[in-house]
Amino acid sequence: MAAVKYIASEKLPEWLKALASERRVLVPVEEGGGVVFRPFDPARQPVFGSDATAPPKAAVFPACQELFRYENGKDPEDAGKPTLNIIPTIEATPTVVFGAKPCGARGFLIFDRVYQGKKFPDPYYTAARDATVFITMACATVENTCFCNWVGSGPADTAGSDVLLTPIAGGYLVEAVSDKGAPFLDSPLLTDGAAKTAEAEAVRTKARESLAPAPDIADAPAALLAAFDDMDFWRDQSDKCISCGACTYLCPTCYCFTITDETAGNAGRRMRSWDACMHFQFTLEASGHNPRPTKAHRLRNRVGHKFSYYPTLHEGLIACCGCGRCVKSCPVSVDIREIVQNAVARAKA
Amino acid sequence: MSRLEELKTRIKEALPGLECVIGWQKGYDLLHHTPLFMRSEADVDKLEWSPLNVHNPAVYLPPFRGKKVGVVVKGCDSRSVVELLQEKLVNRDEIVIFGLPCDGVVDLSKVKAKLATAGVTAGQVEAVSHNDKTIVVTAGGKAVSMQMTDVAADKCLRCQFPNAVLADAYVGDPIAPSAPSPAADADLTALDAMSVPERMAFWRYHMDRCIRCYACRNACPMCVCRDHCIAQSREPHWLSQDDTVTEKLMFQVVHAMHLAGRCTECGECQRACPMDIPVLALKKHLNRTIHDLFNYQAGVDPAAIPPLLQFKVEEDNIKERGW
Repeated sequence: MAAVKYIASEKLPEWLKALASERRVLVPVEEGGGVVFRPFDPARQPVFGSDATAPPKAAVFPACQELFRYENGKDPEDAGKPTLNIIPTIEATPTVVFGAKPCGARGFLIFDRVYQGKKFPDPYYTAARDATVFITMACATVENTCFCNWVGSGPADTAGSDVLLTPIAGGYLVEAVSDKGAPFLDSPLLTDGAAKTAEAEAVRTKARESLAPAPDIADAPAALLAAFDDMDFWRDQSDKCISCGACTYLCPTCYCFTITDETAGNAGRRMRSWDACMHFQFTLEASGHNPRPTKAHRLRNRVGHKFSYYPTLHEGLIACCGCGRCVKSCPVSVDIREIVQNAVARAKA
Repeated sequence: MSRLEELKTRIKEALPGLECVIGWQKGYDLLHHTPLFMRSEADVDKLEWSPLNVHNPAVYLPPFRGKKVGVVVKGCDSRSVVELLQEKLVNRDEIVIFGLPCDGVVDLSKVKAKLATAGVTAGQVEAVSHNDKTIVVTAGGKAVSMQMTDVAADKCLRCQFPNAVLADAYVGDPIAPSAPSPAADADLTALDAMSVPERMAFWRYHMDRCIRCYACRNACPMCVCRDHCIAQSREPHWLSQDDTVTEKLMFQVVHAMHLAGRCTECGECQRACPMDIPVLALKKHLNRTIHDLFNYQAGVDPAAIPPLLQFKVEEDNIKERGW
């Protein structure tokens, strides 16, 4: 059993400062009414109480990243022979994401199976993932959009985290929950926390018990597949959706991307950027055909992917961490929990 | 019979001839209402009328073209419907408009800020009650009372159209605007007072957290290019996918320019923004210019032709010769 440490609240800025002296440290800070992850700045007060508006997804999977630069040229020996020079740009800044909720870190478990598969491991993702450490903070309170208990997680989930903090009186209990996290407990600012584990456990239990009970969604994968061709059902679920990308871009588990080239003259950049299955362009084919022409088709994909297709391929792991951002930040309050339950109810009817 | 009950009766009467009627119902918690698509009488019974009906249902109308639909509107929403009619983006004989006098809606960002000041989170709301003057939200075991004037949407504080400007079925008696003439726009006044570099810094600061979800665009009833927006097209290639403030701001400027003289300032772009970016100010600024040049206000008169959709050889306020 790894050591259990404690840090007083007033020591936290010092710890952050020490961490930031060696690597990039991203903390949640308030910015114009939203809470976003930004490099640690001692002048800005981190926000640890509530979950950030945007998850720490971009720490490992940037909204847009350059994959490589290219340059077309001509062979100096033979002007008829074109040349192509490719310069890959793999960036991996050593990073600590500090103070994300456990659900934000858990999101990368869903990424890992896609980007670190045996057949096609993604070097860009892997480099950033390996360089990033998650020091998460267990939730002391929950919100009514939280549903981590639906997806096999919880307010103190350690899956995906390296170090877990639990808020207790006067400070935080600090536990290493991965090998990668263990060295971070060596900081001289941390003191022995063994005497405070019971208090931390009480905080976690209280948070877990304050979540509304999770319904049984074990049948969701089959139920969603069964509803696949019922477009009246999907019309009813998607009527109010306005097809924006808020749910996908704020989702800690949405990993889809698009590739674009920006060419100027003979040289250019190939970039990978976030894509959203709510957008018409997502499956638009070069021929002009689009297999998902309406928002009903697209919302069906989003829900189906998370609660049916992905878990079917990946040993039942639901591609959702239950953070509730898609519900909370949706301009028209589309509720994915309701859609999953409606599909399950439809299958039973 | 209450106004809401009367409205439900009128909708039920009209429903058999309509694809659906769009309104609002309770959402995932007591603070959030959500758009409602009524297709059966049971659906109509879910209809709500309250200051939590923040969405503008006009955004849903253009895709229904060719089918006859009903829509319940606030005064501001009705202006979007009228503007859609003016631009022939919807057909008058395919839209049935249900109106009620509106006392204003809340700005949920303001409500959330008030709750945060009181030490509770909107995410733990347990009860909501309201009357004309106050709204009381109970969250985390604490009741927080707010003056409606403190948490109303900015547009409501300046509203000149509390009644539908066009309706087929109007329930209740029209009411007078809360203010005889619109007060100054606080956001525009603040931006006007800035120097140009300060203003650029303001927009750079705010656009930095834009996630390019295009909720601002998709919530806009007048953004009718929909699936063919230049923001995502490669041909023409006006924007790249680069995650930079320049690209993000460029889109906002394109959006605002495209809405000049068409925007009714319903505020959906700003309300929809998950990152709380104050994007409405850009449209307000252009509307002010349109008003000064053409003495025109969008979405008020179904017969009026928007100034940028017509051509006059001699404009009253644009001197192209002899200056």
